[in-house]
Amino acid sequence: MSTIDGAILDFKRLDLLASGDTGLHRLDAKAKVIVTAVFVLLVISHDRYELSALFPFFIFPAAMIAAGNLPFSYIARKILLLCPFVIVVGIFNPLIDRTVILHAGPLAISGGWLSFFSIITRSILTVGSAFILLALTGFTGVCQALEELGMPRPFAVQLLFLYRYIFVLTEEGGRAARARQLRSCGKKGMGMGSFGTLIGHLLLRTWQRAERVHIAMLSRGFDGRFHSGRQSSFGMRELIFVAGWSSFLITLRFMNITQIIGSLVTGRLS
Amino acid sequence: MSHHLVELKELRHTYPDGTVALDGVTFTLKHGESVGIIGANGAGKSTLLLHLNGYLVPTSGEISIGHTPITKETLPEIRRTVGMVFQDPDDQLFMPTVFDDVAFGPFNLGLSGDAVEERVTSALSKVDAGHLRDKPPYHLSGGEKKRVAIATVLSMEPDILVMDEPTNGLDPFARRQLMRLMKEFHHTKIFTSHDLDMVMELCDRVIVLGHGRVRADGPPAEIFSNQRLLTECRLEKPLSMQGCPVCGMGQKPAT
Repeated sequence: MSTIDGAILDFKRLDLLASGDTGLHRLDAKAKVIVTAVFVLLVISHDRYELSALFPFFIFPAAMIAAGNLPFSYIARKILLLCPFVIVVGIFNPLIDRTVILHAGPLAISGGWLSFFSIITRSILTVGSAFILLALTGFTGVCQALEELGMPRPFAVQLLFLYRYIFVLTEEGGRAARARQLRSCGKKGMGMGSFGTLIGHLLLRTWQRAERVHIAMLSRGFDGRFHSGRQSSFGMRELIFVAGWSSFLITLRFMNITQIIGSLVTGRLS
Repeated sequence: MSHHLVELKELRHTYPDGTVALDGVTFTLKHGESVGIIGANGAGKSTLLLHLNGYLVPTSGEISIGHTPITKETLPEIRRTVGMVFQDPDDQLFMPTVFDDVAFGPFNLGLSGDAVEERVTSALSKVDAGHLRDKPPYHLSGGEKKRVAIATVLSMEPDILVMDEPTNGLDPFARRQLMRLMKEFHHTKIFTSHDLDMVMELCDRVIVLGHGRVRADGPPAEIFSNQRLLTECRLEKPLSMQGCPVCGMGQKPAT
C-alpha cells in the first residue's frame, strides 16, 4: 500500500522531470500554459454524448510526452490515480439515461454509457495534459506564466507558498500519523478521537510555522511586495508553438477527423 | 567601528500569557565580537534573539544597534544590519528555488539585475552551494538547507550575524563545514547553542542566561571552569574539557 511519504516522493519526481532539457522544456512557460488551456477548453466544449471526436485529441499529449522525453508509464499511473473519482462522478449516468442512441451490431448502447465513457476520456485528456504541463514546466514556471498572463499576484504567491509548504506539512503529518500508529500497537488507537487532536495539532503547528516564516520574511526586508528578476522570453519559437498547436486543435474540434477517416474508409470499401 | 555596537539595557519581555521570558538583560557587544548565548531550555535565548531584529518589542528596557534605538522608523535599517538565521531552515527557505530565496533579501533592499546576481553568486559561493542555485528547497538535504539559509542572509551583507542553534541536526561533517564558514565571517556574530564544544571553539565571549537573566558573562575558558555556575544553569563542560572516557585522563581544553 502506498504511504503518504511515498506519494510525496512520487510527486517530487514530477518536479524533477521539469528540470529536463528538451526543446519543449526550454520553451517559455506562457506558451505551454496557453496551449494547454486551449486544449482543455476545446476538449470540454464537446457535446456530452461525443466520444469519437475526442480520440484525435490524444495526439497532443502523445506528442508532448514524446517530444518532452517524459516517462509514459509514470504519467499514466498518475492519471489512473484520479480514475476512481471520475468513475464516481459518471457512474450514475448509465442508470439514469437509458435511451438507446447507438447500435453497434447487436449491442444497443444507451446515452448514459456514452456520456460515461465521454467523461472518462475527457478526464484522461485534461488531467493528463495538466500533468504533462507540470512535468514540462514545473509548478513555479506555471505560476509565473499565469501571473504574466494576468492572474493577480497574491494568487500566484499563495499558490507558490502552498506548493512549497505542502511538502513540509505532509511530512509533518506523516510523522505524526506514524507516531500514533506505532503506539497504538496494531489496535485502532483511540479511534477517531485521537485523529481529531492529531489534526488539531497539525493545524496549530502549521500556524506557528506560518508565523516563523513571516518573521523570516520580515527579517529579510519584506514589505509586502514580491520582486522577481525573471525575464520573459516569448519569442518566435513560442509564437509558432502557440499558433501551430492552437490552429491544429481548433481544426480537430470543428472537423470530426474520426468521422472523416471513417467515411473515407467505408466510402472506399463500399 | 562603534556603529555595530549592540546595546541592551534592562531588557524585559513578558509574553501575553504572563510568562516572564526576559527579566532585565543588560550587555553591550562590540564590533567583531563572537558571542555565544547559552542556557537551559526556556532560559530566554530565542526570545532574546527575536528582539535583536525588532520582531519582538520589549515590555520595558532599551535595545539599540549601532546607537540607533529600534523603533518602527529604524526597522528597515536595523533589519539590513542584523542578519538572522533561524533554527529550522524550512522556515527560512520559502521561495520556489534557491536562487529566488537568496535573491529575496537583495531585491527587498532595492537592488536589481546584475547587482542582485552578483550578491547571490557571491553568497552561494561563500557557503559552497553554487551548484544548488536552481534547485527547489525541498530537494535539499539538511546540511544543504542550512548552508543556503545562511546564504540568504549573507546576500544582504549584514554587519551583525545572529543565529539560533546553527549546528542543530547537522552531521559531524556538515557541522565542521558550518563552523569553518562562521569563522570566516569577521563581523559581529551572536548565536545560541547547546553545542558547547562549538561555543568553546568559535566564541571569545559567552553569556549564560538563566530564568531570563544574565547569570554570567565572560571568556569561555572562565565560564566553563565554573562548575557551580554550570550545574545551576543546567549546563556542563564541553566534551573537549572533560576527561577521556577510555583512559580516564583529563584532557586539555581545546584551543
